[in-house]
Amino acid sequence: MNRSALVSQAEPRDFIALLKPRVMSLVVFTALTGIVIAPGGVHPVLAAISLLCIAVGAGASGALNMWYDADIDALMGRTATRPIPAGRVTPGEALAFGLVLSVLSVLVLGLVANWLAAGLLAFTIFFYAVVYTMWLKRWTPQNIVVGGAAGAFPPMIGWAAVTGSVSLESFVLFLIIFIWTPPHFWALALIKSEDYARAGVPMLPVACGEAETRRQILLYTLLLAPVGMAPWFLGFAGLTYGLVAAVGGLGMIWLAIEIYRRREGAPARKASGRMFAFSILYLFALFAVLLVEQGVLARIL
Amino acid sequence: MVDHPTEAGIVLTPEEKRRQRQRNIAIAFALAGLCVIFWIVTIVKGAAILQRPM
Repeated sequence: MNRSALVSQAEPRDFIALLKPRVMSLVVFTALTGIVIAPGGVHPVLAAISLLCIAVGAGASGALNMWYDADIDALMGRTATRPIPAGRVTPGEALAFGLVLSVLSVLVLGLVANWLAAGLLAFTIFFYAVVYTMWLKRWTPQNIVVGGAAGAFPPMIGWAAVTGSVSLESFVLFLIIFIWTPPHFWALALIKSEDYARAGVPMLPVACGEAETRRQILLYTLLLAPVGMAPWFLGFAGLTYGLVAAVGGLGMIWLAIEIYRRREGAPARKASGRMFAFSILYLFALFAVLLVEQGVLARIL
Repeated sequence: MVDHPTEAGIVLTPEEKRRQRQRNIAIAFALAGLCVIFWIVTIVKGAAILQRPM
């Protein structure tokens, strides 16, 4: 038997890598926005621990995702160095780590905040680890459309942690991330389609072709731009947010048109890369402005 | 006299021992952190810790 199967080769940083820290940072940021802009307010310490629970829960679902996907991760350049395919963490260690953190994060959130928020966190972990990872990802090109819901829940959980309820506002925050996810990931999939094809993952460019992917990116982006402005339309965001959302939305549409027009060679790859990078900036800007405008400034002024 | 087994089993290399120690320290910090969280929540919530909203 291979020695690494008998003796753990893992360092603590390998377990941190299992939590997908970069994904977690987006989760923390959007959940923080949900916590801060929710009406009523909560003790800052309880808010911080709630945020920690949401982050750990998201990380746990990432570890479960890496446990299940270790076989296809080993086939893709982008993921081959992850702890399990690299042989530093055994699948059993990752599974136990993910399950323990899942249970702990949900229980502590329930005790610290309320059981609605804990239930939403549990559902999010289940949705990402089971519905997306085990079922949708290898089955349908619509995998990230439906699976994107898992990444969209954190602001709603943050909101629920403070108010004990979900509302139209929290649903709009959910919707922004939900509709943002397909063009964001398909821009990456256009660049990495060979990786996905080798691993047999039916991402849209692999299953339906690049032309269809470019069309879908444009359609989702045309939908995203007005949805991104919805907080302003609905009156729970101010003029600054409206302006940032309008400019950012136009930028997203322009980049989506570029992807639609430039279909060959380096310019096509460049357009996809720019869309992928700008989409992160766009989402970050929307939530940052909302956080400052409706959270920080609203409390000071 | 009973013969004791001479097989040493798996002997950890110095590098594996170092990693094992690092993992143990990380687990200790995580458990301590969890204790601190429960302590702080108890202090902050006070009597409300016993009231569980659904």
